[in-house]
Amino acid sequence: MSSCARWAVLAIALAAAQASSAQSRYNFQQPVSEVAGQIYDLHTLMLLICLVIFVVVFGVMFWAVFHHRKSRGAVAAKFHENTVVEIVWTIIPFLILVGMAYPATRTILNMKDTSEAELTIKVTGFQWRWGYDYLQGEGEGIRIVSNMSTPREQIEGKADKGEHYLLEVDNPLVVPVGRKVRLLTTANDVIHAWWVPAFGVKQDAIPGFIRDTWFRAEQEGVFRGVCAELCGRDHAFMPIEVHVLSASEYSAWAEKQLAARAELAAEAAREWTPGELAERGSKVYATNCAACHQPDGKGIQPVFPALDGSAVVLGEHEPLVDTVLKGRAGTAMAAFGGQLSDLEIAAVTTYLRNAWGNNVGDHVAPAEVAAGRAR
Amino acid sequence: MAAVIPDQSHDHPHGPSGLMRWITTTNHKDIGTMYLIFSFIMFLAGGVMALAIRAELFQPGLQVVAPEFFNQLTSLHGLVMVFGAIMPAFVGFANWQIPLMIGASDMAFARMNNWSFWLLPPAAILLIGSFFVPGGATGAGWTLYPPLSIQMGMGMDMAIFAIHIMGVSSIMGAINIVVTILNMRAPGMTMMKLPLFCWTWLITAYLLIAVMPVLAGAVTMLLTDRHFGTSFFNAAGGGDPVLYQHVFWFFGHPEVYILILPAFGIISQIIPTFARKPLFGYASMVYATASIAVLSFIVWAHHMFTTGMPVTGQLFFMYATMLIAVPTGVKVFNWVATMWRGSMSFESPMLWATGFIFVFTMGGFTGLICAIAPIDIQIHDTYYVVAHFHYVMVAGSLFALFGGAYYWLPKWTGRMPDERIGKLHFWCSMVSFNITFFPLHFLGLAGMPRRVPDYALQFADFNAIATVGAFGFGLSQLIFLWVIVKAARGEGQPAAARAWENADGLEWTVPSPAPHHTFEEAPVVR
Repeated sequence: MSSCARWAVLAIALAAAQASSAQSRYNFQQPVSEVAGQIYDLHTLMLLICLVIFVVVFGVMFWAVFHHRKSRGAVAAKFHENTVVEIVWTIIPFLILVGMAYPATRTILNMKDTSEAELTIKVTGFQWRWGYDYLQGEGEGIRIVSNMSTPREQIEGKADKGEHYLLEVDNPLVVPVGRKVRLLTTANDVIHAWWVPAFGVKQDAIPGFIRDTWFRAEQEGVFRGVCAELCGRDHAFMPIEVHVLSASEYSAWAEKQLAARAELAAEAAREWTPGELAERGSKVYATNCAACHQPDGKGIQPVFPALDGSAVVLGEHEPLVDTVLKGRAGTAMAAFGGQLSDLEIAAVTTYLRNAWGNNVGDHVAPAEVAAGRAR
Repeated sequence: MAAVIPDQSHDHPHGPSGLMRWITTTNHKDIGTMYLIFSFIMFLAGGVMALAIRAELFQPGLQVVAPEFFNQLTSLHGLVMVFGAIMPAFVGFANWQIPLMIGASDMAFARMNNWSFWLLPPAAILLIGSFFVPGGATGAGWTLYPPLSIQMGMGMDMAIFAIHIMGVSSIMGAINIVVTILNMRAPGMTMMKLPLFCWTWLITAYLLIAVMPVLAGAVTMLLTDRHFGTSFFNAAGGGDPVLYQHVFWFFGHPEVYILILPAFGIISQIIPTFARKPLFGYASMVYATASIAVLSFIVWAHHMFTTGMPVTGQLFFMYATMLIAVPTGVKVFNWVATMWRGSMSFESPMLWATGFIFVFTMGGFTGLICAIAPIDIQIHDTYYVVAHFHYVMVAGSLFALFGGAYYWLPKWTGRMPDERIGKLHFWCSMVSFNITFFPLHFLGLAGMPRRVPDYALQFADFNAIATVGAFGFGLSQLIFLWVIVKAARGEGQPAAARAWENADGLEWTVPSPAPHHTFEEAPVVR
């Protein structure tokens, strides 16, 4: 069937055109790291091999389907085995597989080589946000908590959806271009997965364990990803946004971040009035607590208890602070000690005690939270 | 194959009538029928969940269901389809066909057979009922990974107990099948004369006996972690969440072959019949099935490439997984060689079988692509994987089940399936299946994760197409119900004992419909 051969050529040409076109919606995202490029090429190679086999096997099958029909007067042959043919079609696929395994192995060895990193960042998955700690290299000491910034109204259809709907965050991860970044992934509550397709990186973040991976962004720009492991209710709403900056821009950014951090520490040390604490606390609540306990503090029964009128919230300071710091084992309540500062926890607990119907009238001091950490 | 057929004297069931007949029956045909009806009901239940999922995904934004309910739907859709629909459907086929195909009067353990069926309805009630308890059903995915599954409400415990009960049922069913095939074959039917459907089920039954206890162990550890203070999967207590994944997939990978090997068997029965030519490479089919089963035990961690395995682990599991392509390829080549220079006709069963080869092989190709660890790291937990496993489970297992149902319907009901409606069912399903699942490959490649109720705007077009296809596919299955009901009510052309012109095998030597008791005296196979 000569038309069969023509189809094959056409299909391969189409696939090749596909592979070369940028930002295709039918293919992987445009790679911006060496590993992502290797994966892209491996996939194109696999697709072509599969396509050729597909055309050959189904060329034969459909030839038979159309020609070896009873209605066309075909008389059935009697053969039912042929040792030579059977050995040949066992060995040839095996050899094709060896050919596929060779480039795949090289890529795996490359992906797994996390040595000689210039920047090390710890990535922590939380329900449902990402935390970044710059552990080593330029910017050491920076901490970022990254929340999705798409407004709830857009999700619920009460406002038009923006260009980067569900793929935008308040505080993005920032890295320098061309430098090897090693990521250490872990999680606070359940398993998450940090995935940025353009870098060819997807690594599970497992609570209680540290895994590592790496990337070297070859291009400045903004690259987006998502959590790839089902992590509960808002799994779809914990995106990743990475800003890749030039070396000088990155240095400037890092300096600014570190200065802001120092300022924040000084800020936390000063006296805070109860009013200031509660005001600050309402912001902390909106970012960290409202997704589960709801903006009105009523929670979602039975998994997320109401805080409005809660005995824990209205009771002694110590158990309340401990709950926020360390979470509740066996429930969805996560430990926030690793994500929030003493000031923020003092602020949010102060807010809780005086929000909605709660009216205790006192405040929780940052020093009490510090004491709680020591307990 | 020739057989000596004794008189068929006992045409009717004796013992209780009405509902009690079905509750107390030990007859393999009655039990097979109950399995098939049960699995079809579960198929519809799982299908309704799938349509709710697709309705939510029709457009970006949250419109139809809340995110936590969405997670419950995806989790239960998976559990119901795997444990409630596909597995019991194959056991139903085994119950009806294995004794008929090997010339046995019934299954080896007739009372245990009744027990293994009647465990299923309570399990289904637990599973479906979990939607209605406080906190709803489990939303941790059908894989039930901890620590997320530890956070769930009592719906999770109901799912665990349902899995325990269905596991017991499967193990009993599997033991019954092994003993029946090994001990109750008609005189003269040596193992290498065994019909391929029986061979594939024999191997499947061994897989079931090997891995269902592993799953039971995994979910029991979840249960004790949830309620009895153990820390199997909790790092704070010295456990490891990834341990669960290893144990689960040590069950899970053989499980996917449990879902597909009997399908291979059905296809290997249908194609020779309608090609009017013996199956090509019978022996290599048997060896290929056995090799797939053996390999299935050493590939489990390819579901876990992104957990961060050591490099040697990734390489080992990648190579082992790629190897599965060899025996699977052999099967496809054998089927095509059987069709080659045959004298084919395309009644409904053959349409499904041919369609099966075509779409299942596409799922095989994407499986090979997923096996390549670096590519898998990009497409793991994306819609590419969703596309891949629906190509092998819907286009594979389900299409083979449909093919088998049309093929043996004359034996079950005594009526030929209505060809016109059967062909309509095939073409509607085939077209809408591909409209539903083909675009998902593109979504996965472009970066859409799975198990999300909402997605970024660039994925909107393909999702809308997939949803339209899914509703088409769902409605197409009502056509199947029409065919079955028609034949079961005794409408349509009466079937001869040998319902299909070139059908070979002992089941075609008994009248259609098969009388209540068959082969009370064993036939002799020469």
